[in-house]
Amino acid sequence: MLEKKQIIDWIDNFTAVIAEKKDYLTELDAAIGDADHGINMNRGFQKVSEKLPTVIDRDIGTILKTVSMTLISTVGGASGPLYGTFFLKASAVAAQKEELTPEELVQLLQAGLEGVMYRGKAQLEDKTMIDALSPAVDAFKQSLANNNSELEGLQKAVDAAEEGMKKTIPLIARKGRASYLGERSMGHQDPGATSSYLMLKTLLESVR
Amino acid sequence: MKKLINNPEDVVRENLAGMAVAHPDIIKVHFEPNFIYRADAPIQDKVAIVSGSGSGHEPLYNGCVGYGMLDAACPGEVFTAPTPDQMLEAAKIVNSGSGVLYLVNNYSGDVMNYEMAAELAMSEGIRVLNIIIDDDVAVKDSLYTQGRRGVGTSVLAAKICGAAAEAKYDLKQIAELTRKVNLNGRSMGMALTSCITPQKGTPLFDLGDNEIEFGIGIHGEPGRERLPLKTADEITEMMALSIIEDSAYKRVLREWDEDKEEWTDIELIDPPLASGDSVLAFVNGMGGTPLPELYIVYRKLAEICEKKGLKIVRNLVGSYITSLEMQGCSITLLKMDDELIKLWDAPVNTVSFRWGM
Repeated sequence: MLEKKQIIDWIDNFTAVIAEKKDYLTELDAAIGDADHGINMNRGFQKVSEKLPTVIDRDIGTILKTVSMTLISTVGGASGPLYGTFFLKASAVAAQKEELTPEELVQLLQAGLEGVMYRGKAQLEDKTMIDALSPAVDAFKQSLANNNSELEGLQKAVDAAEEGMKKTIPLIARKGRASYLGERSMGHQDPGATSSYLMLKTLLESVR
Repeated sequence: MKKLINNPEDVVRENLAGMAVAHPDIIKVHFEPNFIYRADAPIQDKVAIVSGSGSGHEPLYNGCVGYGMLDAACPGEVFTAPTPDQMLEAAKIVNSGSGVLYLVNNYSGDVMNYEMAAELAMSEGIRVLNIIIDDDVAVKDSLYTQGRRGVGTSVLAAKICGAAAEAKYDLKQIAELTRKVNLNGRSMGMALTSCITPQKGTPLFDLGDNEIEFGIGIHGEPGRERLPLKTADEITEMMALSIIEDSAYKRVLREWDEDKEEWTDIELIDPPLASGDSVLAFVNGMGGTPLPELYIVYRKLAEICEKKGLKIVRNLVGSYITSLEMQGCSITLLKMDDELIKLWDAPVNTVSFRWGM
């Protein structure tokens, strides 16, 4: 069972991770994009940390929706609508809830993933966030189906996300600005897959 | 790197503040969310046209707001797509009830933020259509990439569609016209140097003293290929032929279907240019290239067009869609007909475009 406090910790911790990894994410983006992923994500999550205290007494859905709307209006670029949509779709699953069962947590991540796929029109192996998120959701689902605990499931999800992130290195980008590089995008890890992996890793650490 | 700025974080806001005090007769500026809008907005019985992309391409779009062109421009951070709240608030102010056209460049960030903006505006009862500009022939296929980028044709579409709005075309007619301009426009760009965003402070890519980047977009992203430096005539010929010899281009774009009330994929095909066509020839500077060099390019371009049987009926030479201080240029050829010529010639009064008034 996941309590509201852990969701708030997740957002707080991810804000700190993004601030810490800002330059790293920007460097990854400089190689195949336009060198702003860390800067934009950090601007958005700094604003989230300002807004979060105003809704911590509300339900998880409201909290995640606040994260979403804040990201949508402050991040810009492609990450703004994509992470904004992830949290928006996730918030709908958590509406009115003060805690989440493991099954609900999977549904929440699944809804976020589907939102990102629709908005970004991306599929697996396009060298995007999907490459970390999609295998993570599958692994989490599979683990719960095998009667593993929530923590074990999340650990599997994070492992799958990390593997998916690393698998983006040899891929040729087919979406976003990196796609214009064609074969020149090979050999670089996707910044969006990296931040998505960090998001799930932080979730695990906040639940543990 | 030296820049005439105060703080990197303040570049976008201070630019807007300067424009507000310089041109109060033409524009007003709204902060948080940031957008520039016509001083006399909303204009009764007129469709409003809203555009804007990342900052760093000035005078597009900030300098294109005013009579006969855009009703509002929404500048994002430098090279970062603007956010939906900007386009939503801008639409609320400039919409007269005749609807709003969002003119969108085909970059993934722009497309997604404008889709979300349209959804929000429609949920508030504003009629909105998004039309995408994707004219950059440097991008060959749309199957394995985001597809062609929106570059020079955006400038021409803003002018032509703005004139159509003044001429009281309705929203559907303007959407159709914008598609037509997009399908008739083709562009190709090159860079002699990289550009430097204020936030990063160093060049976005390394280009040797004797190298050029051919087939660039407008965000400092690397282009189609890197080549040894050539003469202006050789470079002009390469760019012009890439456009003139480009075959029909097929792609799928997502547009809002008002009847079904959902986003729908539509397939569009550009007809290639053919001998006997009339064109508008646009030679655009990337920000760091002096005007004489652009005329050197134009001179050669005119010669090539004549040889290929293309009749230049209108032209535009200058830096209108830039990439900060990048040295380089782009060429856009827009196939013209009587309707487009009439709308191009119609009066306009913005900070950067002013004629016929």
